[in-house]
Amino acid sequence: MRRILSLLVENEPGALSRVAGLFSARGYNIESLTVAPTEDESLSRMTIVTRGSDEVIEQITKQLNKLIDVVRLLDLTEGRHIERELLLLKVRAQGADREEIKRLVDIFRGRIIDVDEETYTIELTGPGDKLNAFIAALPSAEVYEVVRSGVSGIARGDRALRL
Amino acid sequence: MELTGAQIVVQSLKDEGVDTVFGYPGGAALHIYDAFYAQKEVRHILVRHEQGATHAADGYARATGKPGVVLVTSGPGVTNTITGIATAYMDSIPMVILTAQVPTSLIGDDAFQEVDTFGITRPCVKHNYLVRDVKDLATTIKKAFFIANSGRPGPVVVDIPKDVTANKTEYLYPKTVQIRSYAPVKKGHSKQISRAAKLLLLAKRPVIYSGGGIILSGASGELTALVDLLGYPCTNTLMGLGGLASDHPQFLGMLGMHGTYEANMAMYECDVMLAVGARFDDRVTGDLKKFSPHARIIHIDIDPASIGKNVRVEIPIVGDASVVLEQLVSAIRGSADQPDAESLGKWWEQIKQWQSRDSLGFEMSTEVIKPQFVVQKLHEITGGDAFVTSDVGQHQMWAAQYYGFSNPRRWINSGGLGTMGFGLPAAIGVQLAHPEATVACVTGEASIMMCIQELSTCKQYDLPLKIVNLNNRYMGMVRQWQEFFYDRRYSHSYMDSLPDFVELAASFGHVGVKIEDPADVEDALREAIATTDKLVFLDFITDQTENVYPMIAAGAGHNQMVLKPSADGSKPPERELA
Repeated sequence: MRRILSLLVENEPGALSRVAGLFSARGYNIESLTVAPTEDESLSRMTIVTRGSDEVIEQITKQLNKLIDVVRLLDLTEGRHIERELLLLKVRAQGADREEIKRLVDIFRGRIIDVDEETYTIELTGPGDKLNAFIAALPSAEVYEVVRSGVSGIARGDRALRL
Repeated sequence: MELTGAQIVVQSLKDEGVDTVFGYPGGAALHIYDAFYAQKEVRHILVRHEQGATHAADGYARATGKPGVVLVTSGPGVTNTITGIATAYMDSIPMVILTAQVPTSLIGDDAFQEVDTFGITRPCVKHNYLVRDVKDLATTIKKAFFIANSGRPGPVVVDIPKDVTANKTEYLYPKTVQIRSYAPVKKGHSKQISRAAKLLLLAKRPVIYSGGGIILSGASGELTALVDLLGYPCTNTLMGLGGLASDHPQFLGMLGMHGTYEANMAMYECDVMLAVGARFDDRVTGDLKKFSPHARIIHIDIDPASIGKNVRVEIPIVGDASVVLEQLVSAIRGSADQPDAESLGKWWEQIKQWQSRDSLGFEMSTEVIKPQFVVQKLHEITGGDAFVTSDVGQHQMWAAQYYGFSNPRRWINSGGLGTMGFGLPAAIGVQLAHPEATVACVTGEASIMMCIQELSTCKQYDLPLKIVNLNNRYMGMVRQWQEFFYDRRYSHSYMDSLPDFVELAASFGHVGVKIEDPADVEDALREAIATTDKLVFLDFITDQTENVYPMIAAGAGHNQMVLKPSADGSKPPERELA
């Protein structure tokens, strides 16, 4: 099962290496990991997308909670939640393609954020499968570069991960 | 008062109540060593190799329950401690390791004797710190001791750059610390306790399986009370020996790969299992698919991550073993139900039948010394109450099987990591903690060579250890596996060019004795134990062909034990599965 784990961790040097090291040492898989400071400067928020059986996920959450630097943990996938990912993509856009790609960007509600004679640089946010669908819709040979942020997530309603 | 970082280190240790530090100086640690020079309250024990310092601190911690403290320099000083730190981590031993570091201005420059201590120790510590500001030093040391010795204990590293030890600040050692992300649970959930009590009283074929957590938590009294109250059989893991006295009538012996027939069969056939302070390690469970197929399991552990990790548990209880067992005892006392006497009677009959196979029986010889016999005699002479350290291999298993511990904290061995070289330095720590006690290091000629340099430390501090070297000229356990699983191809397991241990001991200033005749074993041991002012190195030349039985091959089930060939005609295991 795919799971999205949200963590509040101490904003200390080494906190990221403890989390990443735990996953590699115990053979858990990480699909994506994002981390950034929060409104409380002593805390960072980490979002980890991982896969595993229920038993494995239980172990992952227990092992993460055991790390001294992990302050709070929430499995977003246990409840209603929103996940978003940012895609930055550079694609060749010449001749007839220029119009076609612009139309695609509009359909997916993305934005062209930089332009030159040969290329478009595109910004798109959404759940991962939307980004996948957009990339698949582009003429693949024309894509120069794909940059994805990994997933960020937040619970719906009044459920919140905070101190 | 303003103190330098180095003075703060020493003063913090005093304020923490530390009486002994095991260490080895070097460039980055010199300010700290200078601060040690000026005082007498904290005793510094100079080892001969930093690995020795960690094992000695570990032995000290296991024998006392207080955190062991290590002080080493940067770079190689740190890398030499890794084996000892990992050993302590695997067995949940509280330790604080103070490591010096190159000055902050040089960190990351590949400076002389620089290593990324934070990174290299991270996977084998409970937690670690790099102190960049002298203002944080005292609080960090306080936190390190708090973390090391609370919850599931473990080693904590504090890395201190040289400039931090030179800088000055106002000294204040905090009395307590709060860590917002760390609050270990001690008391068990009361609802879970009553569920557990109910299930235990429903049992027809119960077993209590207890581990090192009993020793760490000081729960041996509570465990014994529970065992007495219920009348149920109890087995200990390798780490849990001494948790229930070996002569307790309900004690089944050790379980697992080299456990007794009755302990493993009881585990296999039980219908209710109470696991406490144990972690279902692979050496205990064998093949998980064949593990206790009929059991409903209650698991008490202070570490939630240990529960449900390897085995599905019906009633998990997170908490400190001594507290939870006390809760459980009063829940059972307060219950209207009683243990099912009739079923229990039948269960004990079955167990007695298993016990009658005498799975630890061995044939004596008048020609050659049997290693099991040496350990049995050691038990006899010391009344089962000596401190016994060991290294790793056959001698370790024989010590575990035949010594018969009456009390907790007496059996000191590297169970999780399986570190050869542990026994001698660990015994140093034990003897320093208990100067009057008999401390025996049961070892083998291969293991003892791995930290043999510490004989010099023993001389410097006049430590009257008794080294019981079961010398079979082989890495015995490696040879045993090669005999069973590799068609007797004894690849590199023969110990060639061994030193003359008698002369070796003498050259370090100790007494060495070589014993070759079984008739001399008892006298040699008696004389050594009676010698309280000298280290005696007993070199027992033992039977080279002896194997450790019973044995469950890696990957087999508890009901697939191999007993010694002469007992039931069964053959050694034919294949290695894992």
